[in-house]
Amino acid sequence: MNAIIFAAVWGVVMMYTGVVSRRKFVPKYVAIAGILLLITVTWLEYAGLPFFNLPMKGMMEFNAFSQVMNLVLFTCTLFYFMLSGSDVEEVGNYGADYFALIFFVLCGASIVTSFNTLLMLFLGIEILSIPLYVLASSDKRNLKSNEAGLKYLLMGSFSTGLMLMGIALIYGATGSFHLAAINLSIPPSALLLSGMVLMMISMAFKVSAAPFHFWTPDVYDGSPPVFTSFMATIVKAAAFAAFLRLFMQGFGKLHADWQLLLAIITAATLLVGNLTAVFQQSVKRMLAYSSIAQAGFMLFAVFALNQSGKQGLILYAAAYSLATIGVFAVLIRMKDYTFEGFNGLAKHQPLVAGMVALFMLSLAGIPLTAGFFAKYYMLLATLKTGQAFWLVILAIVCAAISIYYYFRVIQAMYFRDGNDPGLRVSEGFKTTLLVTGVLVIVLGIHPDWLLQLLN
Amino acid sequence: MISAFDNFPALLIWLPLAGGLAAFFMKDEKSAKTWALFSSIITLILMGASLLYTENKYFALNQVSYYWLRDLGSSFAFSLDGMSRILCLLTSISFPLIIASTWNTRYHQPNMFYGLMLLAQCGLMGVFMATDALVFYFFWELALIPVYFLASQWGGERRIQAAFKFFIYTFAGSLLMLIGILYIYLKTSGPSFSMASFYSVGLTPQEQAWLFWLFFVAFAIKMPVFPFHTWQPDAYEQSTTAVTMVLSGVMVKMGVFALIRWLLPLFPDAVAKFDNIVIGLSVTGMVYASLIAMRQDDLKRLIAYSSIAHIGLMSAAVFTVEHDAMQGVLIQMFNHGVNIIGMWIVVELIERETGVRRISELGGIARKAPVLTILLVVIALANVALPLTNAFVGEFLMFNGLFRFSPWYAAFAGLSIILSAVYTLNMIRNVFLGNTNSLTEKFREITMEQRLILSVIVVLVFMVGVFPGPMFQLLDLVSENIIRKVAHKQP
Repeated sequence: MNAIIFAAVWGVVMMYTGVVSRRKFVPKYVAIAGILLLITVTWLEYAGLPFFNLPMKGMMEFNAFSQVMNLVLFTCTLFYFMLSGSDVEEVGNYGADYFALIFFVLCGASIVTSFNTLLMLFLGIEILSIPLYVLASSDKRNLKSNEAGLKYLLMGSFSTGLMLMGIALIYGATGSFHLAAINLSIPPSALLLSGMVLMMISMAFKVSAAPFHFWTPDVYDGSPPVFTSFMATIVKAAAFAAFLRLFMQGFGKLHADWQLLLAIITAATLLVGNLTAVFQQSVKRMLAYSSIAQAGFMLFAVFALNQSGKQGLILYAAAYSLATIGVFAVLIRMKDYTFEGFNGLAKHQPLVAGMVALFMLSLAGIPLTAGFFAKYYMLLATLKTGQAFWLVILAIVCAAISIYYYFRVIQAMYFRDGNDPGLRVSEGFKTTLLVTGVLVIVLGIHPDWLLQLLN
Repeated sequence: MISAFDNFPALLIWLPLAGGLAAFFMKDEKSAKTWALFSSIITLILMGASLLYTENKYFALNQVSYYWLRDLGSSFAFSLDGMSRILCLLTSISFPLIIASTWNTRYHQPNMFYGLMLLAQCGLMGVFMATDALVFYFFWELALIPVYFLASQWGGERRIQAAFKFFIYTFAGSLLMLIGILYIYLKTSGPSFSMASFYSVGLTPQEQAWLFWLFFVAFAIKMPVFPFHTWQPDAYEQSTTAVTMVLSGVMVKMGVFALIRWLLPLFPDAVAKFDNIVIGLSVTGMVYASLIAMRQDDLKRLIAYSSIAHIGLMSAAVFTVEHDAMQGVLIQMFNHGVNIIGMWIVVELIERETGVRRISELGGIARKAPVLTILLVVIALANVALPLTNAFVGEFLMFNGLFRFSPWYAAFAGLSIILSAVYTLNMIRNVFLGNTNSLTEKFREITMEQRLILSVIVVLVFMVGVFPGPMFQLLDLVSENIIRKVAHKQP
């Protein structure tokens, strides 16, 4: 509860910051202060100190999973602000407003991690999405950004429409919006099942799972890269938390009915994401497809629907977001987004190149990085179900394919010669990048430190 | 925390790790390589010291285990038993030799080079000592990453592709193994990743049959066994010689070691079922690689293919599950590592002096450098397993076991040994004997340090060849234990 209220309030504070101070870099520091506040109050609520005791009527439930997920999301946002905050201000004339929109997104994110009724899910998803439509098209002079915003809006509304229809059907079948009540209706009626399928499709849209991923590359490519970084990581992780919560608490008893469908979606996502990423020439587009590929791995948590899956999703959200935010923070400052643009980076910026290499290793799931344990938990969760062994093997094949495109960046930076890419970074940026890298390694050696928060 | 440092396995891991990390911060070339040599010699001394404490009463000195992921049932556990000892010994002997023998080779960014070398040593030590499946997997990959960087950053023109092929192959293999590890893990009571609980898990023959292949492919790629060997000649040829030595001298042993450590005890039924297929593949690979080696003109590729043949014999011998053969494999892993590093040192010397590796362009080196030639001939003859040399001991035992398993396989494998004599002697004739040409005319005799390094190898060759007793003592009971584990579980 703390997170929702504080995020909304801080969004308004941010808007006033833009009015009060015209100086640059002020919004960034106010935003960092805000996110630190969010982390603190979420931590306090997790430790048993909620500031607000509002009658919820069972519409929301703040359990350990949602609190830890919020903490992960906010911490990643903190790193995002510290690494890319000044680039947010560069996008246009409304620096403070962009931050305000981001805080509204976070407000939506903390609703979708803790909803208990379909109504709250819908509200949360909308609060999460609408600011993103604005952010995607915020580079007003750029046609591609406009296109991205429009595309995102159209596809987003379409999937929201599907979700509403799904909710209506489910309400018709069960007479309730409450997840627990929906979960009780066994055997399921045809109405409930079709509603559930619609919900699954609309969630698949939100997390950009194949075959509902077509908007992703264009939107990620067209939007200002600094917002792509945010959309591809924190927003996606929040959507996955919602996906898992909905299907665990709402449709958990129908697991056998939808498992195959989800397995097919997962397989398609893995294949499409990885195979298409191989052929990209621009690192930015490669990261867009890689985010689809990684979504395929995260879907395993929903597929498995067990404790390991839950832990895995938390870890995956942290590992994937940190690494992607780090790579994007560097990418934004590059002049050339192609693989060749990274040529010889290691010679000119050894620390930055080392960290980018580390993030790539983490995305590829190499041991000693957080990405390894993220993938490990997902595979473990799926193997625990004792089903769909073919899916595990497919995931392995795809993980091996992903080496190809992640390592292209490493090869470019370390083994090929190139001119100075003209990357200008401050000492503070380097330090933050280093801290992010250390965090990735710490999670890769001892993921328990994060996961034991769930107990 | 102090208890983490008063035993050999922990020290053998932390020393190279600390040394490697420190090497990254060295400023100039001289201090980086002095530091690397120093650090690897300390590791060697430590390893030598550990050989004095092999008795059972020193149990606590030779094993370490601390909690890592309590919820998952994985602990950071290592131990030095007979098999680990011999491979750690190989690792700790090879690294000083490698660093010393390539002392005069200049690398750009030397601090990176030596740092990565020591990190690779740390990874290898971890693989050889791990007694926890997850830790084993961890180090299996950790040994790979530095070597990938080493192989791509320094070496020939096509090194990036060659190293990448190597990486993709081995990474795909190890992911398959990871699935296998996870599957078995979920079957253990606990569940737990410890080696003991892995050994005691009950798997049906059907499960064993497919799990066997998940593991085998991972190990076969690493060794490499035909038909998974295609990465190897390119990687050996394109890497700089020091890296080639690490790859061929130590890293390929990871595969053979893992077969004995993990595959045999875990899947005895599957081993009994598939032994003919694997031995058939290995023997085919031996003959095939020897035939190709005969046609090679590049010294590095010649040795690369001869290495495939040698490794093929080891993998065939492992699957006979015969006592003699197993002893032979264990001792041969050490010998092969020493011999092949000796061969690479000579290649490196020739290449540095003349600038070429093509056999057809060389000749008459013996007239200019008799000492080098004598030392090389000894090492080369050890490579073809002449009596009195170290490889004879190992190969004789392996053939013995293979012959008892099936005379036919032994006959085919013997063919490859004859072929290996043919191409080795051919190589000696073409490169060292005959008349000098414009390239070899100015060949200088090797320096004192180089003589010393090669002499160390020659001493090792004869020591193990003439007096293998201490080696067998070190390996006492190892092969019995493994065979008992396999036989015990077989119906």
